[in-house]
Amino acid sequence: MNNPKSRTLPLSERGMTFEILMWYFTRLSALAMYALILFGLIGALVMGARNQMNFADVMRWAFMPNVTHIQSTNVPELAPWTTLFWKAVAGALLLVASAHGVHGLVVIADDYFAGAGARKIVRLLSVVMLVSVGAIGLYIIWTS
Amino acid sequence: MGLSRNVSLWTGLRYKGQGPYLTFILHRIGGLGMGIFVTTHILSSYLGGQVGLFLNSVYENWAFQIFIFFCALFHAINGLRITILDLFPKLIEHEHEAIWIEWAVFLPVFGVAALVIVMTGLGG
Repeated sequence: MNNPKSRTLPLSERGMTFEILMWYFTRLSALAMYALILFGLIGALVMGARNQMNFADVMRWAFMPNVTHIQSTNVPELAPWTTLFWKAVAGALLLVASAHGVHGLVVIADDYFAGAGARKIVRLLSVVMLVSVGAIGLYIIWTS
Repeated sequence: MGLSRNVSLWTGLRYKGQGPYLTFILHRIGGLGMGIFVTTHILSSYLGGQVGLFLNSVYENWAFQIFIFFCALFHAINGLRITILDLFPKLIEHEHEAIWIEWAVFLPVFGVAALVIVMTGLGG
């Protein structure tokens, strides 16, 4: 390594640009997704999943707590799974995950498109994709 | 302005990045796989009809389930490793050990799940 010091530069000395902000966002949103998925998993177990669902269905609910994901299980009453609370959790998970994912696509695209114009187009497309997928996803969560 | 790497395809394929490079490229494949799956899944739920039914039949296929489970599990475990090492930069010197731990967690979990998916898929 030519500059081994740069590898352990404390986070507080790295400055704060938009790119560094997104670098933080990628890592913190990963932790947030872990927390939200764990939350969904615990919520399912509290609502009786251990007697009424198999493990695959519990995980499907945990990864996206939307009621359509448990309609094929033995859960007797869907009402507790369709509350505003779970719609909000599902919406938060959707928005965090799609922002994390779309930013990841921009990072990958930047490895293949080095020109300023191309990178601008990539960013424009990423915003269009984030807004449209986010809006359609929220609509599905809200109406299902 | 095009991108000039001055590296032939053959050299690229023989790149000896080893462990860390393997996790890097698998992280990208996993992220892309999940991104495509989630996007088409949301769109097919919204559109419904023949397209939705066709895509659902793809998602229910055991081969696809093994692929998407690989994507999700590897991306999650590797992402946690990246997050921990990046937020605590002094741990970077233990990167190789962290990657070994990562495989030690990933392989048994993925192996058991893949076995169950195959057994169920083949009529278990």
